Amino acid sequence: MNPIYRRRRLVNAFNLFVSMLTVAFGLFVLAWILWTLVNNGLQAIELTIFMQSTPPPGSNGGLANAILGSFLMTLIAVLIGTPVGILAGTYLAEYGRGGWLAPATRFINDILLSAPSIVIGLFVYAVYVANVRHFSGWAGTFALSLIVIPVVLKTTENMLRLIPNSLREAAAALGAPRWKIITMVTLRASRAGIITGILLAVARISGETAPLLFTSLNNQFWSSNLNAPMANLPVVIFQFAMSPYVDWQRLAWGGALLITVAVLIFNIIGRTLFGQKLPLQ
Amino acid sequence: MDHSTAFAPKIKIHNLSFYYGSYQALKPMAFEIPENRVTAFIGPSGCGKSTLLRTFNRMYELYPNQRATGEIMMDGENILDPHQDLNMLRAKIGMVFQKPTPFPMSVFDNIVFGIKLYENLSRRELEERVEWALRKAALWDEVKAILNQSGTSLSGGQQQRLCIARAIAVKPEVLLLDEPASALDPISTARIEELIHELKEDYTIAIVTHNMQQAARVSDYTAYMYLGELIEFGRTDEIFIKPKRKETEDYITGRFG
Amino acid sequence: MTSAVTAIEGVKSPPTPKVISSTLTAARLGRQYFIDLVFLNTTRLFAFLVLALLVAILISLLVSSLPAMRAFGFGYLISTDWNPVQEKFGALVPIFGTLVTSFIALLIGIPVSFGIALFLTELSPVWLKRPLGIAIELLAGIPSIIYGMWGLFVFAPIFADYVQPWLIKYIGQLAIIGPLFSGVPQGIGMLTAGIILAIMIIPFIASVMRDVFEIVPPLLKESAYGLGATTWEVVWHVVLPYTKVGVVGGILLGLGRALGETMAVTFVIGNAHQLYTSLLAPGNSIASALANEFNEAVGDLYTAALIELGLLLFLITVIVLALAKLLLLQLTKKEGAQT
Repeated sequence: MNPIYRRRRLVNAFNLFVSMLTVAFGLFVLAWILWTLVNNGLQAIELTIFMQSTPPPGSNGGLANAILGSFLMTLIAVLIGTPVGILAGTYLAEYGRGGWLAPATRFINDILLSAPSIVIGLFVYAVYVANVRHFSGWAGTFALSLIVIPVVLKTTENMLRLIPNSLREAAAALGAPRWKIITMVTLRASRAGIITGILLAVARISGETAPLLFTSLNNQFWSSNLNAPMANLPVVIFQFAMSPYVDWQRLAWGGALLITVAVLIFNIIGRTLFGQKLPLQ
Repeated sequence: MDHSTAFAPKIKIHNLSFYYGSYQALKPMAFEIPENRVTAFIGPSGCGKSTLLRTFNRMYELYPNQRATGEIMMDGENILDPHQDLNMLRAKIGMVFQKPTPFPMSVFDNIVFGIKLYENLSRRELEERVEWALRKAALWDEVKAILNQSGTSLSGGQQQRLCIARAIAVKPEVLLLDEPASALDPISTARIEELIHELKEDYTIAIVTHNMQQAARVSDYTAYMYLGELIEFGRTDEIFIKPKRKETEDYITGRFG
Repeated sequence: MTSAVTAIEGVKSPPTPKVISSTLTAARLGRQYFIDLVFLNTTRLFAFLVLALLVAILISLLVSSLPAMRAFGFGYLISTDWNPVQEKFGALVPIFGTLVTSFIALLIGIPVSFGIALFLTELSPVWLKRPLGIAIELLAGIPSIIYGMWGLFVFAPIFADYVQPWLIKYIGQLAIIGPLFSGVPQGIGMLTAGIILAIMIIPFIASVMRDVFEIVPPLLKESAYGLGATTWEVVWHVVLPYTKVGVVGGILLGLGRALGETMAVTFVIGNAHQLYTSLLAPGNSIASALANEFNEAVGDLYTAALIELGLLLFLITVIVLALAKLLLLQLTKKEGAQT
């Protein structure tokens, strides 16, 4: 065989082999992490985790207050952030053909999408917490909503752009005014995709710790008072995992498993609903 | 060139040109569209027939950099006048597109969408109008039991007839059909051609088609266009049997295009 | 063919003519236009709000770091001081940590992502593509705190027991790069943080690379194959050059993420405010310093110094992400021109 060709074939085989190794590596790490999570987390999952609040070290307890806090803050953050994201995304898709606002907003939004969430937490601290001089669930909610907005904006715009112009024209041809075309035809046709975007935003904020560190902080006790520091799963996990107490660490794994399961469920529902993935870019 | 007709003209076009940016897509043209007749626009791809159709309801205004100059007179008023209320204009001039465009709502709501924009009818009156429109579009028997199902669940031919029903439900005066059967199978196409034949008793119809035989079957008057220019306009039987211009004859006999 | 449609019994023609006038008048339906205007401006307002958010973040961080800026000036950027008692602070250690961990993450992450993207586009059998793609997104979706915990409780001990001693013994003896791998095998440290970070950003970079590889026109690849090129040669000499702008954009995107990552790093970096030469030693990144110390910070200067760190991080990431976005936009424009 031609020696040049032989060398090329070797190089090719080697590189393709390495490529397969990288895939194997990725899958291996994924499996390892998931297995660790499930293994350690399941040990902590029992009914008490949903019924008792976070304990001081050395006592028994659960994560009920943290679960409640996360639930409340996530829910309200979505309620605040979704309308903003949808309206802004609508502007970008439906009115954004000319002018400077649409391209600029699109650009900035993509930056915000990947910006460090800890900085968002700092921002909310600086404008809100520092002024009212106390941490609160509202501050945490506010920070989370700032993370929801770019996700919902991006998916809304993408979904609206998929709608063919002929549908808009058909409504215009009947004499429908612009706002009716948008609300009753275009937005309606993209319903499923927009809901997927909301689900993906929920998945995203469910796992966010950094923005809550300086805003909602944490609360040892059962409380639904959003105007005071609020317990939440991510910060509890952070504190407990970094602590030297074994029972706290156990609870941390349980909480980690809960969060991951929630995130995966939201992602799966979102994908099966519309086959859309989280916009990474 | 004078293209006057023997019947009352519904729309009179005078010195109409159209531009995409600085590119002139339609050269100045003048002709008349007769009332309660079917006028077909034929010509090779890119000759501007769809562009022309879309000037009648100013659909181009949805997009920047597109503009029309000249006059299009309907009932004594210039359609192209900037003071014209666009939405009301479009309520009087209906349009059906190349691909079926059912709205994401039930069959009933699809038809009622346009009506509700401008009329305040009771539920019973709405139902009557819906039935009337669907019967006119030869769709009633097929959908009367599934009025609450989504419009997108119908077959292609049914969807297009739904769009036609939707367009006539608002009782426009003029119907613009932009290649309405090009996405359909031959049987659906035949039904739509039948439909056009009946509809012309009540409406003025302008139809764009790339299918010459369809134009010959369906229309009373035909306009042949080429590269943005109106080459010839006349009665369909004259155009197809004894065209006045050589360009028209070349196209019709298939020498090109 | 019958015209039975209009002659069906029981169907009357619709009762009343339309309410609106049948002539085209200049009467404007005031209400319709008013609502149109309100709708347009509402959506425009919210779009503007998003724009304003970025500016607001910048300004508020700037204002809040003023005390520290006034106290330390530009020396802040190069000082390794970190003494809360004496209120002397310097950003060099956290900046260094952020940059080094991100660099390590890219060093490991880029080749691995490239390998995965190559596999997905050229080697993978069709039935495997979707499951693999889903696996990548699963990796991307796992909250970063999980990575941190896994790093601290699982990876670090194993790293300390098996890998680090080997690194110290063999590579630590080499010239030049030796000092990078010296010291005590603690498990946590800059290198560990860099590795965990790499694992975190691999899904992102691999995903972007896969997406840009897939828009290479098949005809282009086929002409290379047609000349007898091997798969590797096609990817290296045809696909990569064609997509290089997008690939760089994807890498910058991963970098942007790595720079700002908090939880994955905080668990394993060691929270030390000193510069060590060895990668096996602990360190600090901006994000981990903030996470560990912000809530304990006493005194306005301490807080302001930390916020200034946050401002620096924000500036760096915004620049990197903006660059990434510009590059990726360029690629989609090029693709748009092709179609």
